[in-house]
Amino acid sequence: MEKDNKKSRRKFLKLGVKLGAIASIGTVAVAKALDNEPKEEMVELMSTDGNIIQVPASEVQEVAIKPENYNSREGFPNKKFVMVVDLAKCKNALKCQQACNKGHYITGENAWLKVYKMQESEKTAPYFQPTQCQHCDKPPCVKVCPVDATFKRKDGIVLIDNERCIGCRFCMAACPYSIRVFNWNEPNQPEVVHEEEYTPDHCGKPSVKGTVDKCDFCPHETIKGELPFCVKACPNDVFAFGDAYEDAVTNGSGQTFKLSALLKEKAGYRLMESLGTEPSVFYLPPADRLVDFEKGMENFNEFKSVDKIE
Amino acid sequence: MKDYDKLIQDLAPRKFGKLGQIWVAFLCVIILLAMYAYYQQIDKGLIITGMRDYALWGIYISNFVFFVAISLVGSLVTAILRLSGLHWSTPLTRISEVIAVAAIMMAGLTIILDMGRPERIYNIFLHGRLQSPIIWDVLVITTYLVISLLLLYYPLLPDFAILKKHFKEKPFLSKIYDKLSLNWKGSEAQEKIYNSAIRTLSVMIIPIAFTIHTVTAWLFATTYRPGWDSSNFGPYFIAGAFVAGAGAVVVLMYVLRKVYHLEEYITDFHFDKMGKLLVLLCLVYLYFNVNEYLVPAYKTTVEEAAHLEGMFTGDFAPLFWSVIILGLILPVIVLIFPKGRKPLPLFIIGLIVVFGAWWKRYLIVSPTLLHPFLPVQGVPEEWHYYHPTLLEWMITFGTLASALLIMTILFRYLPIIPIHETAEEKGFLETHKTEEL
Repeated sequence: MEKDNKKSRRKFLKLGVKLGAIASIGTVAVAKALDNEPKEEMVELMSTDGNIIQVPASEVQEVAIKPENYNSREGFPNKKFVMVVDLAKCKNALKCQQACNKGHYITGENAWLKVYKMQESEKTAPYFQPTQCQHCDKPPCVKVCPVDATFKRKDGIVLIDNERCIGCRFCMAACPYSIRVFNWNEPNQPEVVHEEEYTPDHCGKPSVKGTVDKCDFCPHETIKGELPFCVKACPNDVFAFGDAYEDAVTNGSGQTFKLSALLKEKAGYRLMESLGTEPSVFYLPPADRLVDFEKGMENFNEFKSVDKIE
Repeated sequence: MKDYDKLIQDLAPRKFGKLGQIWVAFLCVIILLAMYAYYQQIDKGLIITGMRDYALWGIYISNFVFFVAISLVGSLVTAILRLSGLHWSTPLTRISEVIAVAAIMMAGLTIILDMGRPERIYNIFLHGRLQSPIIWDVLVITTYLVISLLLLYYPLLPDFAILKKHFKEKPFLSKIYDKLSLNWKGSEAQEKIYNSAIRTLSVMIIPIAFTIHTVTAWLFATTYRPGWDSSNFGPYFIAGAFVAGAGAVVVLMYVLRKVYHLEEYITDFHFDKMGKLLVLLCLVYLYFNVNEYLVPAYKTTVEEAAHLEGMFTGDFAPLFWSVIILGLILPVIVLIFPKGRKPLPLFIIGLIVVFGAWWKRYLIVSPTLLHPFLPVQGVPEEWHYYHPTLLEWMITFGTLASALLIMTILFRYLPIIPIHETAEEKGFLETHKTEEL
């Protein structure tokens, strides 16, 4: 057994050296890296230094992201989820918001993901800024919660236990990004939200009257190996989601980027960095824009973010 | 001896007159209406209020701050003035301690009324986290309530013993006073414990009082929001609290004196003193207001400017200037003249001060929430403003009526002016004791 292991590791290393050279020529994406095609024996992987390598499928073992003793308060082990939002690509299509509203059964009047029309000053250009929970590493909301209803997990996600929340709304007052929403009345959700046992992992399933809701970073999708709703729905690949420990983020088209290189190259930043909240959401500035702001205004709705479901 | 009997006759609790009965009935009606409104809130959720995701706190929270503020007067009059050796405040100690107890009880209740899931309050004990300012508030408010109750109760022990004798013809009432007097005989040993207990409590309540209102200020100051993010907030709240509390004492002094004919005990001298005290307190609070508004106004960072513009010239300007001018500047001007410190003008000023103090808390809570860092977009237009609903007002008035009802009931059964202490100060007690011997 031990011998076998050593052998395979040697083989893997050799392969890495050989294929590293090939990978550096092209910019091959690791689209759905773990989708095995039956006739191909090789799979493409990205090594920690960002090179694409091909490895025999037999050498790769799929590791289930969900550990056996998965706990909603602890999260996924050895993960640190991050998101990158490329403002140069956002044309306010609002597909992200619609997918989020639908996937989380939002029936209130304030969406968890909003696309703000931003303009720092009269002299600077306006742009659209998709904004959801920033999943701060030093979350002010968690600090002020009197009952530990909102909590920070080891994988970086900030969640709310709607069965514990007392509805004091201090977290909403504390959040400088104003992303938290309150269930002011009994949410009129479809029956499906009550089908499974409650877990804080899927916010909005169900939403509870008198408690706070917000973006959950979709751990309910990650657990299935899927990207968050907003990332998948965006027609322009504005969002990329991934793991900071792997230093990789993947967008809706399946392209994977090296996080550190992306932030460096595009001068990534975080919202209100000076407050010291250390968000997990990074923004790429709206430079060299691929979209027309004025066209995006057609979709802009000052007073609405959730479509009523019949 | 005659003097002493007259003192007891004058100060012993009396049955409600017709006016008293109407007053109690009136308060009960308001409380019943509030209960109906609260039932609606429990049933339908906080949707029945004017609060929404931006204006996420409203008049419940400003009312809560008002109650905490007004309760601080207990420590001012009973502790600070007592420890300073200012005996003129003796007839006002019970009034201010009753205000403190009633207000702090309603402060605790008001915060529950604001909760989205009040039935889960036990989570505070099951899962309480010490890093949350709300937990600090729960701890200090309960501590303050206990000490305030003791500070109301201990000085009453000799009075209860006196009342037990006084109400001999009413066995039931007499028996209750007897139980409450904890066997007070006025022995030397008892006097010793009594005096040292009151002194200890008076010393203890000062830091606790400062803490409750500082922590209440920190509920706001620990956030990043412009208008709340201020290191001035703790002392600013305490200075404001003494103004509100002193105003409330002045109002009650006048009303109780009139209703219970206490002109001999609460004299023009007391009004004069309270008037001077109120001037000092208003000036201190004005000083903190200057710090709170003018320093950020000088810098006008983008966020602060949006908030201050709303106050100085925007939506909140009429309210803001009324509160500052009528609630703080006018009292100073009127009360520096001796004529202004006569009972009636002082009573009117006191009413304005209390009224202004309530709205001042509204101005501290609401405008800030309507000016968040990110733009207010994607929500219905009504969510850009905050207009309390009728049901919300009914609940709020219910808490104010409840506080008044608690005071009314306490004044019905307790001597408003401490009998024992007054007798002691007037020197009646020595003669009385020797006669008994």
